[in-house]
Amino acid sequence: MSEITAEQVAHLANLARIDLSPEEINRLTTELGQIVDSVAKVAEVATPDVPATSHPMPLTNVFRPDTVVPSLTVEQALSGAPDHDGDKFRVPAILDEE
Amino acid sequence: MKKAELMDYDKALELFEPVLGFEVHVELNTKTKMFCGCANEFGQGANTNTCPTCLGLPGGLPQVNAKAIESSIRLGLALGCEIAEYSRFARKNYFYPDTAKNFQTSQYDEPIAFNGQLTIELESGRLVTVDIERAHMEDDAGKLTHVGGATGRIQGADYSLVDYNRGGVPLVEIVTQMIEGGEADAPEIGRTYVAAIREIVKGLGVSNARMEEGNVRCDANVSLRPRGSNILGTRTETKNVNSLRSVERAVRYEIQRQAALLAAGGTITQETRHWHEDTGITSAGRPKSDADDYRYFPEPDLVPVAPSREWVEELRATLPEPPAARRKRLQADWGFANLEFQDVVNSDLLDAVEATIAAGSAAQAARKWWTGEVARLANVAGVAADSLVHPVQVAALIELVVAGTLTDRLARQVLEGVIAGEGTPLEVVELRGLVVVSDDGALIAAIDEALAAQPDVLAKIRDGKVQAAGAVIGAVMKAMRGQADAARVRELVLERAGTAQ
Repeated sequence: MSEITAEQVAHLANLARIDLSPEEINRLTTELGQIVDSVAKVAEVATPDVPATSHPMPLTNVFRPDTVVPSLTVEQALSGAPDHDGDKFRVPAILDEE
Repeated sequence: MKKAELMDYDKALELFEPVLGFEVHVELNTKTKMFCGCANEFGQGANTNTCPTCLGLPGGLPQVNAKAIESSIRLGLALGCEIAEYSRFARKNYFYPDTAKNFQTSQYDEPIAFNGQLTIELESGRLVTVDIERAHMEDDAGKLTHVGGATGRIQGADYSLVDYNRGGVPLVEIVTQMIEGGEADAPEIGRTYVAAIREIVKGLGVSNARMEEGNVRCDANVSLRPRGSNILGTRTETKNVNSLRSVERAVRYEIQRQAALLAAGGTITQETRHWHEDTGITSAGRPKSDADDYRYFPEPDLVPVAPSREWVEELRATLPEPPAARRKRLQADWGFANLEFQDVVNSDLLDAVEATIAAGSAAQAARKWWTGEVARLANVAGVAADSLVHPVQVAALIELVVAGTLTDRLARQVLEGVIAGEGTPLEVVELRGLVVVSDDGALIAAIDEALAAQPDVLAKIRDGKVQAAGAVIGAVMKAMRGQADAARVRELVLERAGTAQ
C-alpha cells in the first residue's frame, strides 16, 4: 500500500500552483496512491542488472551542430502571451506587497 | 533599507571560523542556445532570438548543442574534473516568469564533470586548493525588468517585463566543496577563486568571460562555525555577485553581519540574500524552504550524454597551458617585478602585452604603454583597454619612439589619432605632421634666439647654475610646438650657452 498522504498532495498542488478543494485532495490522494502502487509493480521485476532508464530508446549522444536557425519574429513570439508591453512579455507583480 | 549590525572583522575571526562555498555560472559563447538553434546573442532588441523550444511552447522539443557539450567537457577537464561516462539532463521545476518552460533543464545526480581541484595563489603567496564538487550543464533564464515602485527593484514593482533572448543560453555551473581553513583570507579566497575560473574559461575560449555583462556570475555561500565547535553554522547564499571586488566585499560583509547576529544571541536564517553593489550590503531574499522542492526528474525529451573516452582525451589535448603556469612563465620571460606584473594582470592586459611583445616591443615599453596611456584613455572612454587599440599598433608606436621619430609626448598624440581611427601610427604621424624636429640647425636657431631673449638665464648657466637652463628649454620646446626631443635640446642649450658670446 502506498504512503501518499493528503498533506503530500496538498503540498504538491501548492508547488504546481493548482488550487484543489479538500474533496479533490482526498480523491487525488487515493488515485495517486493507486498509481504509485502500480508503478511499484515494475520494481518487482526490475533486477539489479536492469538499470533505471528515463527513455525508451537505447540512444545516447544525439546532438545538433552549433548552427543558427531562424527564430520566431517578435510578433510571433508575443502572439500567445496574455499581455505584452512593446517587444517584451508583461507579467503581474512577482512579489506580494509587504 | 535597514543597515544590519556588523562586528569588527578581526573580532569576528577571533570568535568564528568562516566556511565558504561558491557556485559560479559561466555563460558559454556558443553561436546558438543550449537546446535550440536560436542565436546566443543579445542587444538587437528584446525577444528576437526565441522559438517554441526556448519559449516552452507546446510541441517544442530540445536538441542538444554539440559545441556546448564540447565546451563543458573542456571546462571540466581544465578544472581537473573527471568526465562522466554517462550523464543526463534533468528538469528542475519551479515557477518564475524568467523561466518560460516552468522548469530549468539542468543536471541533477549525473553531472557531466565532477571531483575537480583548483589551486589558487593569494597575494601573500599562500596557496589554497579548492575542491570542485561538480560542473554541470544547464540553460539560462530570461531577463526581467521590474516596472513601477520607488526603487526599480522587484519589491514594490507594479509589474515586470520579460525578454527571453537569454532564456536557453548554455551555462556551466561550477560548484565547490566546502572551503574550510580560509580564516582571515576568506574574502580574498572568494575573489581569487572567481578570478581563476574567469581566467580559465577565457583561456579555453569557451566564454566571453566578461563579468560586467553577466558571462560569469557568482553565488557566495558563507557560514560561521563558533571556535571550538565542530558543528557547521547555518549558511546564507548571496546571489549574483558580479564583480571580483564584490565577491570579496560580499564575503567580508556576511562574515561581519553573521558574527554580530550570532554574538548577540540571534540565529542565522538559511536564505538567499541579494548583494547591493551601490551600498555594499546584502539583504534577505526568499527563505530556502518549500521553494527548494524542485522535484527534479530525468528530462524525458533528451537522451543521455555518454562521451567516449577517446573524445575526452582528444579534448584534453586541446587544453591551453593552465593560466597560473602561463603567468609564472610570462613573468619570468619578461622580467617584471611582482607589482609590475600584478598591475598587468589586474588590468586584464596579459594578452595585449604578450601580443605587443610578440610584435617586437620591449617588455617594459609594452607594459608601460598598456597600463599607462592606453589604460587611461580606456578609462576615460569607459571601455576595456584591449578593445581600444590593437597590440600591433601599440608595437608600431613603441617602435617609432625607440627610433627617435617620436617623443613620449608626441607618441601620446599619435596614440589618440590611432584610436580615433586616423590610421596606423606612421599614417597618423604623417597626417598630423608630428615628427620630432631632429634637425639641429633648426633647434640651434631657436636656442640662440631664446638665449638672447633671456640674458639673465644665460649668465646663470655660465655661472654653472645648470638648472636655470630649464627656462630656455621650455621656450625652445614651445617654439618647436613640442616636436623636439627635450634631452637633445638640453644638450644643445648647454653647448650653445658655453660658446655663445
